[in-house]
Order: sequence, then structure tokens, then C-alpha cells
Amino acid sequence: MKDPIDVHLLDETVEFSLADLCRICGVHERLVVDIVEEGVVEPRGEVGAWRFTGVAVTRVQRVIRLQEEFEVNLAGAALALELLEEIERLRRGGR
Amino acid sequence: MTAVEFKDYYEIMGVARDASADEIKRAYRRLARKFHPDVSKEKDAEARFKEVGEAYEVLRDPEKRAAYDQLGRRPSGEEFRPPPNWNFEFEGEERPGEHSDFFDQLFGGLGGLRGGGRAGRGAFRSRGFDTHAQVDITLDEAFHGTTRTLSLQRVERKDGKLEPRVQQLQVKIPAGVVDGQQIRVPAQGEPGTGGEAAGDLFLQLKLLPHPFFRVEGRDVWLDLPVTPWEAALGETVRVPTLAGKVDLKIPRGSQTDRQLRLKERGLPGKPPGDQFVVLKIVVPTADGAEREALYKQMADKMAMNPRAAMEGGR
Repeated sequence: MKDPIDVHLLDETVEFSLADLCRICGVHERLVVDIVEEGVVEPRGEVGAWRFTGVAVTRVQRVIRLQEEFEVNLAGAALALELLEEIERLRRGGR
Repeated sequence: MTAVEFKDYYEIMGVARDASADEIKRAYRRLARKFHPDVSKEKDAEARFKEVGEAYEVLRDPEKRAAYDQLGRRPSGEEFRPPPNWNFEFEGEERPGEHSDFFDQLFGGLGGLRGGGRAGRGAFRSRGFDTHAQVDITLDEAFHGTTRTLSLQRVERKDGKLEPRVQQLQVKIPAGVVDGQQIRVPAQGEPGTGGEAAGDLFLQLKLLPHPFFRVEGRDVWLDLPVTPWEAALGETVRVPTLAGKVDLKIPRGSQTDRQLRLKERGLPGKPPGDQFVVLKIVVPTADGAEREALYKQMADKMAMNPRAAMEGGR
């Protein structure tokens, strides 16, 4: 078997531009702006030079999936995402 | 055509065969909330979600539903071949691996594959779909890092025909990953069409529960059972951490639920997590005359009222 292939861990140390984020998530910039305005992800840097962490990629993908597959608006999907994360935290025995 | 297992889409959705379009939609909504991989706690959520999605795709579409109804009622899992006069052409985007073999034989599948493209874009040139998979890892693997060999279902063009193929992919999972984090494997999703790039493969990491450690982000929590004298007198005890056992000095006069921090003994990262130790005082039984006498002696000589704060209440 070949050597392990190159992978990118999407953690808080990696950063993506708005264009990168859009490409990775397969969405239009306008939708990302709406998601930022909804407070789902917090970009670093000034408007026009936004940078998003790897964790933001996962949150953007999740909120879009929730929005599309349950046909709710962005505010509803954002609320669902936050409640889900809270449940996951509680289930792990967090405090 | 080869035989496939018959799927009872009505049974999958839990609706009657004469269910109205509204009833089918409501059933789908309810099942989607139950089995959507993002929200479900069911074990086989992803497989069930796909199955329900496929059933809904057929039953919501009057043309597909009528065609399916023609087949009549058969037991689920029965060996099935489409009837010789079966000749339905359906439009719509096909994604390899999304449907069961049963669906593919009836409604297109590999034969009808038009090469993907992102949903709703409908272009001839398009980037391949991203694919998603879940990878379960133990806390130990999250701490040390690990390597996983994945088997990916691919579709390959061979002599002008599309054929399924299994590809093995070795992926390194670095030390210090946290639950829910994703790993992006560039260009290992589905191939693009018209010379466009392949999609990415996203691996979502799921941390399996540990018998005694709990994890929050990179911090690790441990309930540590201690004896009353270890807590009262303050003794040094051996405590498990992800990197092995360490000595922990319990401060004299500790009570149950006291939290002690072992700095940077959690999951590695920038910054690394801590380990929190929560003391749980375990009381010895009073079995036997000697023990009972000891307890009675404590009651005499160490009288205390642990409910003082509640005095005066109802």
C-alpha cells in the first residue's frame, strides 16, 4: 500500500479566505455573509479580508445541510445547530 | 439483469400503500428528523436516512410511484429482477453510491449516470461531488494519532461502461483531534466532469466513549474515587492520564466534588488541554462489629452537622 496521502485537519489553527471557504463548502459568498450575520461563524480579520478557521468549515457545512434538508430558514438552522452542539456536549458528560 | 433485493418503500416510510402525497411528506419529515445524521442519536442513522430518502424520492414522484406500484407487493429482501418489459427513463441527477442496487436497476443508477455535478447546477462541466464519511476513533487514538485504511466505492469508466470499484486509501489522523472535527482529503471525492476537479472527501471524526475519561474539547475529566482518610488527611494517589499514571497530591481536608487540575495533561494541541480530576469520596461499609464501633466512635468524637446550611428551612 502507498504511503498515507496528504490530508488537512480542519481545526482552529488552519485558516481559509472567503473564496476558499466558498469553494470547499460549494456555496456562494452571499450565503456565507448571511451565515456570518446570523452569528454561526465568526471570521477573523476585517470585512474584505475575512479568514475562517477549519472549525468554521464544519459549522458552515452543517448549518447548510440542516437548512436544506429540513427546509428551515437560516435562523432556524442556526438554532438547531446550537441546540445539537449543546446536546452533544451534555452527552459527552461535559459540564 | 442481475437479481437485487426487493425494497418495500411503503414499509420503510411506515405509510399505507394508498397514502396521500401529504401523508408521505409528513412521514418523510418525521423520519428525516429521526435519522438525519446531523441530528440523530440512532446507531445506523446514516444508512436509515439514505433508505428513507430513497423511498421518498420514489413515492413523492407520481411517475416513479406508479411504476413502483406496478411491481406489486413483495416481501422485503426477496430476490428481485425487473420485469422484461421494464423500460422507464427518468430524468434527474444521479449520484453513484447514493441509492440501493434495487433503485439503480429500476430507475437508472449506473446506466443512467450523467457524471455528477453539484446539485442544481446542471452544467456539463462541473466539479465532482464532495463525499462525507464518519470515522470512529478511541480516545487513545485521538491522543497518540493513528492511521486508518478506508475502502471507498468508486465508479470507473471501462470500455465505455461505468463499473464500480473499491479503492483503498490510507489516511493519517494526527494526534490531538477532537470530537466532531473534520479531516479534508482533497480531490478524493467524486470525479468531476468535463475536465473539472474532483470533489473532496470529508471525514468526520467521532470520539468513542471511554470507560472512565470524559472529554470536553481538549480537556479530559476524570471522576476519582478516594477514601475518606485520603481526602481528610491529604495523601498522594496514583491517577491515570492519557499519557500514563501520575502522582497526584490530594489537598488535606478535601471534600467530594473537589476539582483538581493536571495542567496540560489533556489532548495535545495549541494550547493543549488539561485533565480535571473530580474527587468522589467513597464511604466504607459498616459491616462487622469492629467497623461499626469505629463509626460510632467517629460519631462521638467528630460530631458534625453537614446540613447546617439547611437549618431553619422547611
